[in-house]
Amino acid sequence: MAAITSTPRQKTGWGVVNFVVIALALIPVLWMASLSFKTPAAILDPSLIPAQWTWGNYDQILSTSQFIRPLINSIGIGIIATLIAVVFASMAAYAIARLRFPGKAVLIGMSLLVAMFPQIALVTPMFNIERALGLFNTWPGLIIPYVAFGLPLGIYTLSAFFREIPWELEKAAKVDGATPFQAFVRVIAPLAAPGMVTTAILVFLACWNDFLFAISFTSTISSRTAPAAIEYFSGSSQFTVPTGPIAAAACVITIPIIVFVLFFQRRIVAGLTSGAVKG
Amino acid sequence: MAEIILDHVTKRYPDGALAVEDFTMDIADGEFVILVGPSGCGKSTTLNMIAGLEDITEGELRIGGQVVNQKSPKDRDIAMVFQSYALYPHMTVRQNMGFALKLAKTPQNVINEKVEEAARILDLTQHLDRRPANLSGGQRQRVAMGRAIVRDPAAFLMDEPLSNLDAKLRVQTRTEISRLQRRLGTTTVYVTHDQTEALTLGDRVAVMRSGILQQVASPKELYETPVNLFVAGFIGSPSMNFLSGSIEDGKLRTSLGDFSMSDRLRREVESEGSGRQVIVGVRPENFEDVQFVAPGHRADGITFHATIDVLESLGSDVFVYFTRGRDQGVNSAELEELARDAGRGDSGGTGDTIVARLDAETQIREGHDAELWVDGRSIHVFDPASGKNLSLAVRGEDGAAVIRPSSPSAGTAAGAGSEPAADAGSGQPVSGGAGSTESAGEAT
Repeated sequence: MAAITSTPRQKTGWGVVNFVVIALALIPVLWMASLSFKTPAAILDPSLIPAQWTWGNYDQILSTSQFIRPLINSIGIGIIATLIAVVFASMAAYAIARLRFPGKAVLIGMSLLVAMFPQIALVTPMFNIERALGLFNTWPGLIIPYVAFGLPLGIYTLSAFFREIPWELEKAAKVDGATPFQAFVRVIAPLAAPGMVTTAILVFLACWNDFLFAISFTSTISSRTAPAAIEYFSGSSQFTVPTGPIAAAACVITIPIIVFVLFFQRRIVAGLTSGAVKG
Repeated sequence: MAEIILDHVTKRYPDGALAVEDFTMDIADGEFVILVGPSGCGKSTTLNMIAGLEDITEGELRIGGQVVNQKSPKDRDIAMVFQSYALYPHMTVRQNMGFALKLAKTPQNVINEKVEEAARILDLTQHLDRRPANLSGGQRQRVAMGRAIVRDPAAFLMDEPLSNLDAKLRVQTRTEISRLQRRLGTTTVYVTHDQTEALTLGDRVAVMRSGILQQVASPKELYETPVNLFVAGFIGSPSMNFLSGSIEDGKLRTSLGDFSMSDRLRREVESEGSGRQVIVGVRPENFEDVQFVAPGHRADGITFHATIDVLESLGSDVFVYFTRGRDQGVNSAELEELARDAGRGDSGGTGDTIVARLDAETQIREGHDAELWVDGRSIHVFDPASGKNLSLAVRGEDGAAVIRPSSPSAGTAAGAGSEPAADAGSGQPVSGGAGSTESAGEAT
């Protein structure tokens, strides 16, 4: 890499481009944070730093079940959907990475298709199905579609991880007397643990950030998740827009994501790029 | 403890590729058998079939009298050492070695006892709580061995267990494996592509090529009586020199000189009906500096002159390279394949260049003319078409002296060396390749 040098001119150029991109991405977030600390009267104040700092918006959202309950729903549904998706995805990915079976290409194609299908096109039929099955406005009503859409993502990331585990380890386990399931659970899965963590994070983020299904398949706060619940915030009176509380709630649901990303940054990048280059 | 019987075992992949064809072999209880051959010859596939990691398409495999074709690896009571060792990276040495026992639900105190005993045998006691990543190559290899011996299985299967070690450690570990096997007395099947390893370790060696078993014999037999060109070229280092020869007036004419043939050999060659062209095989060890041949013995071979191109002195031996009869080099496809398998390309013993191993005291110098002697008693005659060793049938009947030199004086005639017999090769390339070995099953 030492051979690649850049002139000061190039460095400045890249610096400017980087700055613009980062500013575009972060200014809305900063603005949201700023709004969440402004008093209702100062919402239209165009300065970034609030003239008067207040925790009022946070007090307001955290004191009612209108936000607390959806937050719990979000966490619960996200975790359950992630667990189910990772367990099934790891088994499917293992089969795809290791076995030759009829219909393998079809299976891979179908899972890619599921991942690419425009979700909005599925909302109406799924709404009817959920109504008919009594799943509407329940936790399973959201968990099932989340698992369905988390699986392709999980299968793709995990099969890349499984492919990197030497096949001889599995043969050794078989000769050592392990059944295929024991070989998977005691030898392959522990080695694929980093991949499973990565997959879990990616699936959880997808569930956590979902808005479309959350707003379509729920009707009350008993199962509505946080992003959807924010939509239903009301102002202090019929004529006030609840900008402050919305900004505060958005900040609250963004924090876990930021923490996740900071902690698992390397893992997430590894998961997204694994298989692309042999590391 | 058990014998392993492979009864007409065949492996055919779904795409039709034939990896192993009609493999029949009885491995006695406690025997150390080596499967050797160039890469892709089906030796690892055979081992995997014994282990149960690959299905058997046809034929029967019996371990300890029981047919195990349909049994999974865990029910065959065998232990395997892999080329990459396949140690579980997330377990300590102790857990690696005890894994099989743990799966078999052996009580923990018995596991500990057995693991510690194996560790003592293999000198791994102080490494028991380390992980494979922190061990050296030799230690990892020993852990892999340990994982096999703690189970006290019916048979050990080893798939090139030494190929990841450096040369010095390989020789040392080779001896250790041999000693361990004698001590435990467990039936062992060992796969390697290295003929030196095969000859030094095995009670018996099975040479394979393109999925077909060529010959099973003790190392000494393989070396002295190879059944065909392939085995002859594959076994021995440096490998056997091959020259084209022709049979005229009851004599075997080669670029080294004329050998007279016994009547039986002549009949054998003629009855094979492949005409008068043959391939003559001479091991480097069958040459000698004429100065070191006792006068009484010289009549057993012929002497000839050659200009030495290269001389390599190893201290214990001297190897000399010289060229003979350029336009009658053996062009058999079989020989070319041999050279490729051995990774030698054109050099070595199969082309025009001949290698001879001489006494270390020889005064022969590079670039000079030298008088060499070749032992007529130990040369081999092969049918160029089928590759079959024609001298084999008569060998041993009338002692070692199958081929006598045409006359004691013939060899010393200076002309024999400097000008290749004009009509010996007659320019016809020797075409070959046994028809039965065309199906090249790719398996590694």
